[in-house]
Amino acid sequence: MPGPGNIEFSRRNLLIVGAASFVTPGAIAAPTAALAQTAAAPPALSKVALNINGKVSELELDTRTTLLDALREHLHLTGTKKGCDHGQCGACTVIVDGRRINSCLTLAVMHAGDKVTTIEGLGTPQNLHPMQSAFVKHDGYQCGYCTPGQICSAVAALDEIKAGIPSHVSADLSASPQATAAELRERMSGNICRCGAYSNIVDAITEVAGRQA
Amino acid sequence: MKPFTYERARSPAEAAAAAARIQGARFIAGGTNLLDLMKLQIETPGYLIDVNGLALDKIETTPEGGMRIGALVRNTDLAADDRVRRDYGLLSRAMLAGASGQLRNKATTAGNLLQRTRCPYFYDTNQPCNKRRPGSGCAALGGFSRQHAVVGASEACIATHPSDMAVAMRALDATVETVRPDGSARSIPIAEFHRLPGDTPHIETALAAGELITAVTLPKPVGGKHIYRKVRDRASYAFALISVAAVIQRDGSGRVALGGVAHKPWRVEAAEPDLPRGAKAASAGLLADATPTRENAFKLLLVERTLGAVLTEARA
Ligand SMILES: Cc1cc2nc3c(=O)[nH]c(=O)nc-3n(C[C@H](O)[C@H](O)[C@H](O)COP(=O)(O)OP(=O)(O)OC[C@H]3O[C@@H](n4cnc5c(N)ncnc54)[C@H](O)[C@@H]3O)c2cc1C
Ligand code: SF4
Repeated sequence: MPGPGNIEFSRRNLLIVGAASFVTPGAIAAPTAALAQTAAAPPALSKVALNINGKVSELELDTRTTLLDALREHLHLTGTKKGCDHGQCGACTVIVDGRRINSCLTLAVMHAGDKVTTIEGLGTPQNLHPMQSAFVKHDGYQCGYCTPGQICSAVAALDEIKAGIPSHVSADLSASPQATAAELRERMSGNICRCGAYSNIVDAITEVAGRQA
Repeated sequence: MKPFTYERARSPAEAAAAAARIQGARFIAGGTNLLDLMKLQIETPGYLIDVNGLALDKIETTPEGGMRIGALVRNTDLAADDRVRRDYGLLSRAMLAGASGQLRNKATTAGNLLQRTRCPYFYDTNQPCNKRRPGSGCAALGGFSRQHAVVGASEACIATHPSDMAVAMRALDATVETVRPDGSARSIPIAEFHRLPGDTPHIETALAAGELITAVTLPKPVGGKHIYRKVRDRASYAFALISVAAVIQRDGSGRVALGGVAHKPWRVEAAEPDLPRGAKAASAGLLADATPTRENAFKLLLVERTLGAVLTEARA
């Protein structure tokens, strides 16, 4: 990330390019170089069986395909969103073997045998996951683009609290963490919402945490 | 991203041998730094060796009463390990201060140590950068250098090492265990693991070509209060401007390492006897010979004040 140290720098690029402020300057500069060089070497293909939401699909993919692109472009599961494509915004968050990860920073071929859950696997419009219902009830979004990532992240974050995994704001490393607002804000910091629906997102997660307790 | 062949390693020794033999080969662990850089064509390996299946993901007690942390242990698991929380709280705290929940679930011990700088000019392929393209110059000298190094820098590079975990490892006297392409193992003290930039900022560690990290070991616990304080531009999910990792004993003695100030986790053992005399005395020794730029000179005072807060917290 750009790093904090770099606010002036990012702002300059922001003015020039008009891209999201959390993207690195390098991320903005890259596409031309990427296109120019990929033409040189032929892509390498690899077969992989992916278990997404309980359904196994056999794919033959360019090894460069991220899990995110496999989901969206090959399996047409477009619920998972591409924001920054560099692990900075959290829109691509999915749950792999029970843990949330950024699907943009992992290769599809590295996930043979893993159980991947996307927003489509958590619930359906007719049968919403409690976290999905809570986001609707508390208005935990505006444009909705970051929402699938927020919801997958929130579901896994509550599991992390239940498993006793501490966070940066846990006062006592040896105590069991609780789903307080401060804990939720810290644990959800990997999911950026440009509409700023954060306080409603915390309310939604708090409600689900309360229900689970 | 440049096309690459993908292979899963079968054993540490085979992985190291293959990485040395195949031109342009790289290991991939969590992928959270390497893939980021590959997308930007800052890293362009033609061959990826996936080390995730190597069963290097255990945390064990050593015969000396210390800990052996597998190279593939995820940052989340290490930070949450009961023994680490009890005996090496500094390490838990440092890891929990870094990145996000999602990233820590993927990031590994070895990958974290080897993550590359966040210098914005290193990330911008249109800029000269001796680390990315040796001999091309350094755009940070005379550029925006607010987040850059204040000690140990050179005319060739003023980048910092971005890891939080590595700063705690330095304070805890960790040792990096590796296997070399010929199958032999070696141990590298963390103090010698990361290099200062000198004339060759593209050479960042003591690792030889193909050398694979298998584990990081910690000596037996040293007790004391473990405090990691990270100062950054927002409360969470940002790299450090500076950070202080300290273990302070009841009599005021202790050890301290700094993050965000140098090309490597920064520790000056000779300054540590000054810790009982307070932050001003200790940071003078820690930051002796500092060469800040106009934009990052604030880091000197920030270190002193943060160390002061750490020492106060340790006494409480
Ligand atoms: C948005 C964002 C924010 C972040 N914020 C922070 C932060 O605040 N603090 C912080 O400390 N970090 C931060 N990070 C960095 C993160 O901690 C690293 O990306 C992560 O630790 C790298 O580990 P990995 O296993 O994913 O490495 P990989 O990307 O898999 O590998 C990194 C390098 O290590 C090499 N490698 C991997 N394993 C081995 C091995 N066993 N032996 C030899 N070489 C090996 C690879 O070849 C590669 O060169 C952030 C990252 C992102 C994307
Ligand atoms: S400080 Fe180092 S990494 Fe940054 S531009 Fe200069 S040479 Fe490159």
